[in-house]
Amino acid sequence: MTLEEQVMEALQTVKDPEIPSVSVVELGIVYAVRIIDRHVEIDAMPTFSGCPALDIIKRDMTLAVEDIHDVKSVTVTFIRDPIWTTDRVSEKGRSELKEFGIAPPENHQGDEWRVPCPYCGSVYTTLDNIFGPAACRSILYCKSCKNPFEAMKPVSI
Amino acid sequence: MDSGEYRNCLIELLYQLADDDFILAYRGSEWIGLAPHIEEDVAFSSISQDLMGHATLYYSLLEELGEGQADSLTHNRPPEKFHNAIILELPNGTGTYLENPDYDWGFTVVRNYFYTLAKKIRLDSIKTESYEPLQQIAKKISVEMSYHLMHWETWFNQLMNSTPEARSRMEKAIKLVLENFDGIFSYGELGDQIVKLSLIESEATLKQRWITELQKKEQIDLSMTMNKGNGRNGIHTKHLTTSLATLSEVYQSIPAAEW
Repeated sequence: MTLEEQVMEALQTVKDPEIPSVSVVELGIVYAVRIIDRHVEIDAMPTFSGCPALDIIKRDMTLAVEDIHDVKSVTVTFIRDPIWTTDRVSEKGRSELKEFGIAPPENHQGDEWRVPCPYCGSVYTTLDNIFGPAACRSILYCKSCKNPFEAMKPVSI
Repeated sequence: MDSGEYRNCLIELLYQLADDDFILAYRGSEWIGLAPHIEEDVAFSSISQDLMGHATLYYSLLEELGEGQADSLTHNRPPEKFHNAIILELPNGTGTYLENPDYDWGFTVVRNYFYTLAKKIRLDSIKTESYEPLQQIAKKISVEMSYHLMHWETWFNQLMNSTPEARSRMEKAIKLVLENFDGIFSYGELGDQIVKLSLIESEATLKQRWITELQKKEQIDLSMTMNKGNGRNGIHTKHLTTSLATLSEVYQSIPAAEW
């Protein structure tokens, strides 16, 4: 395995503490990885600027990559440009979010925002609160299976 | 162009943007547990958390420009060095968070809606032309704050078109907010240079855009003043002093601690 592959494998073990089922790679937080003479530089994208998990994510990424035998040092930088959008969540990330009970981000046009229930798949759902327990999530309710659920708040430019 | 002048103007504008979001985030946080209903409690605390995040983005840029660490800028700076508009530091009502809070929801809705709309207009201007790293921050914040604007606009519309009592309380709140809202559009003593250096468009231009936008909705008198003074020049009320003392209480208890 190349060093780059080892770094990506290590980053796959780093999770957002508020969404422990999805890695930072699948969430699209890892923007670029550069390896210069056994020093690893990671450009990361902050999701929401007020997210209290950012510092923890940065620390966990550093620790995970530092653990690789051939790595001498690691720098993780949160970049300003380009900005993270929910389009960056991978297909794998989307299905993992759903398994965790969070509806993946949907593309929406105007006010139309149809979010299928992560439990039963019904689109007979209502938005209870665009703001949820974490900056990146909204609270919805499924009228079919009568479960409240969360959805990732869509972010696009 | 004198690069020292550019740097000074940029830093001044950054303090204004940062301190506005910072102090309003604090005022918002005082509502936790007291908002009209549980869903609003969740929404308002999330918005306040976002605002604090926006302030952090500006403070981190100030840190890069050599102004000192973000933590120190928020917890160790004396009130007269804060450049937020005074309207944002005024209390939510009478009483305190811990004792007899009698907060005014109408005032809070009007202050937040008016401010969020002004913030959007301000960031749109910065996105057109300004210092590039600041433009990147503006882009990021714009995406997040679109949800805030939607939230406060909904409250504003509903209360304005509700019962006669709601309407009259909202009109009273609008008057109260406008008494000091001019401070939002001021860039303070360095205003002329800030505009000349294309960091942002003029105070008058932004204010006119704001008035035009609001008057599409309601034909209300939007004449404004800043009768408590101009916060951009370091003039503040005692309310800022007490807020900062509360905010930094833990930090000041062990200033050398790592947070």
